[in-house]
Amino acid sequence: MKRGMNRIQAVFGHQLVWPVLTLVALFAIDVAHRAGFLSITLLDGHLFGAPIDILNRAAPLVIVSLGMTLVIATRGIDISVGAIVAIAGAAAAVVLADDPSRIGTALGAALAVGVLAGIWNGMLVAFVGMQPIIATLILMVAGRGVAQLLTGGQIIPIGAPGYLVFGGGYLATVPCSVWIALGVTAATALLVNRTALGLFIRAIGVNPVATRLVGLRSSAIVFSVYVFSGLTAAIAGILASSNVRSADGNNAGLLLELDAILAVTLGGTSLLGGRFSLAGTVLGALIIQTLTYTTYSIGVPPEATLVVKAIVVLVVSVIQSAAARAMLLRQLLRAFAFAKTKPLTGNPQ
Amino acid sequence: MNNRLGRLLDPRTLPIVVTVVLFAVLFGFGSVMYTGFFSLQVLLGLLVDNAFLLIVAIGMTFVIVSGGIDLSVGSVVALTTILCAIGAERLHWPVWVIAPLVLAFGTLYGAAMGALIHFFRLQPFIVTLAGMFLARGACFLITTQSITINESTFHAMAGFSVPIGGGSLTSGALIALLTLAVAIFVAHFTRFGRNVYALGGNERSALLMGLPVARTRIGVYALSGFCSALGGFVFTLYVLSGYGLQAQGMELDAIAATVIGGTLLTGGVGYVIGSVFGVGILGTIQTLITFDGTLSSWWTRIVIGTLLCAFCLLQRIIERHAARRKSDGTGLGADVAKPADKSAPTHGTSTIDLAKMNPTTLKQS
Repeated sequence: MKRGMNRIQAVFGHQLVWPVLTLVALFAIDVAHRAGFLSITLLDGHLFGAPIDILNRAAPLVIVSLGMTLVIATRGIDISVGAIVAIAGAAAAVVLADDPSRIGTALGAALAVGVLAGIWNGMLVAFVGMQPIIATLILMVAGRGVAQLLTGGQIIPIGAPGYLVFGGGYLATVPCSVWIALGVTAATALLVNRTALGLFIRAIGVNPVATRLVGLRSSAIVFSVYVFSGLTAAIAGILASSNVRSADGNNAGLLLELDAILAVTLGGTSLLGGRFSLAGTVLGALIIQTLTYTTYSIGVPPEATLVVKAIVVLVVSVIQSAAARAMLLRQLLRAFAFAKTKPLTGNPQ
Repeated sequence: MNNRLGRLLDPRTLPIVVTVVLFAVLFGFGSVMYTGFFSLQVLLGLLVDNAFLLIVAIGMTFVIVSGGIDLSVGSVVALTTILCAIGAERLHWPVWVIAPLVLAFGTLYGAAMGALIHFFRLQPFIVTLAGMFLARGACFLITTQSITINESTFHAMAGFSVPIGGGSLTSGALIALLTLAVAIFVAHFTRFGRNVYALGGNERSALLMGLPVARTRIGVYALSGFCSALGGFVFTLYVLSGYGLQAQGMELDAIAATVIGGTLLTGGVGYVIGSVFGVGILGTIQTLITFDGTLSSWWTRIVIGTLLCAFCLLQRIIERHAARRKSDGTGLGADVAKPADKSAPTHGTSTIDLAKMNPTTLKQS
């Protein structure tokens, strides 16, 4: 009996319980609304169905959120990812507009500007010592200007078929973007869990000063985390521009940084650093995309998605907050104690 | 003379001195390069065209000085324009009913976010982010269209202006100037203002000193909400319509103006007047680009980003310099010196303030 209780406690104490429950609840709403929600059909050698659609659309967010997770784990934040997505897409589109056959160069250009942006952010945070939110705010403000500078203020259409495969093509019946997201997730997980890097990142998040005193090159690690975030944003930029077949300096990746931070928080990663979960982040990103899908399919006006998102953010952060839980517990205890003593207070003397 | 120079180079006033100099240089550059730039009209135009941003940036300054951040300001401005438009066009309420209502709404909205931040110990970034989503979503729930205001009192208020020299100040600009005067008074001559600086300098010290941390923090966000709603009202007068996509990215402009104005994002350091010059610099850049005519609009963003970067680097250099001075040049005490550094301006804003504060502190004890 007691062991059973412990097991239940262990399950509910696990980091991933809340995100999994949220996702399951959202799926349940969808299934209740439309019984065929979970069905997947094979058409012309491509898989079709709502879950595939959600995975496909969530791919850029998943990739960006992975980079964001590592940044947040070091007590940082990267609010420039939306702008980097726009710059990367613009860079690729500019190369392709010159010569549609140079797909390799376009990909290289997009990834290079992403890494460059990451190097800039990392330099400011790790070596200059700026607050992460400010350091990345600079690129967030200037980045869209740079993207528009690259595209000349126009929306550049992309027609190269080889490039469009990444965001719209299929490989082995599954959308390419899903494979890419899987690949990036696996690579990140290997890098973080199979090497000491994950431990170092957690250590920096828990106590940066102690980590430095122990002898870890913490500034180099923090620097590389921002470079990684820039790289993931660039990959997402390639997927996004390839999916919409154009590069728009103004609107590509708009508010993506906020969605990414939201995904990371939903996944149980602490914004105070030191505790992170890549699986949680992937779940968080899927929750956000499923939420969008659900609001659309239920027939709530699409504009309400923002309101629903706001409420989800608030509820999740209140649940995660230790102070809120303590307050709730105190209230419950008080109510319980009050109920117990009621006969006494109800009958004075 | 030396003393005066020393005060100008003081780490707390240096950023603001640089801001004022930069503003003068930018304006001077425009005057030399373009005919008709150097005029009272252009200077007043800066104030008229950026009145709403100035009001929002003033609220943001308080939040940032208290050590927080408010990302919801832009969307609250948008929501206010819609509420004003709905009130005037659909409900046909008079403007003196609408204005207090939207201001009260903004204040309550801010206070609610402040309460969440304080009582649940949530991150200001996340809570105000949710506030931003909520306000923006509420805009679109009310209407996805742009509502033009045809109501006559709104038009009369928007058309009201006071001629000064060659130019004139609109009602929005006058409201902004009034807000500025009140904000300076609140920041430097009231107990609340002092508490804000103390809270931003070091929350734990403020708590141990017996300062009302809860009231101050909620008050700061309420103030920012009020400023956003007031900015939204002024913006409504400026564009005479309500639209949910209005003021997108204004939170970035407000934060940029505040930082360029010399306010430290770590909290505890900053002046309201600095943000005025920060807004002035942003406005001048835009005016310069308009005057030039050949530069594209995206250069505004790039220049603002570059300036933001330059000012943040300057702040870092000043911080390091101050830290090194305190640790006798060894650099070892850099981390130890930082907290002390942050709380320094709390007792150093000016000698007049201290003299003003003494009676109250005496009274309390």
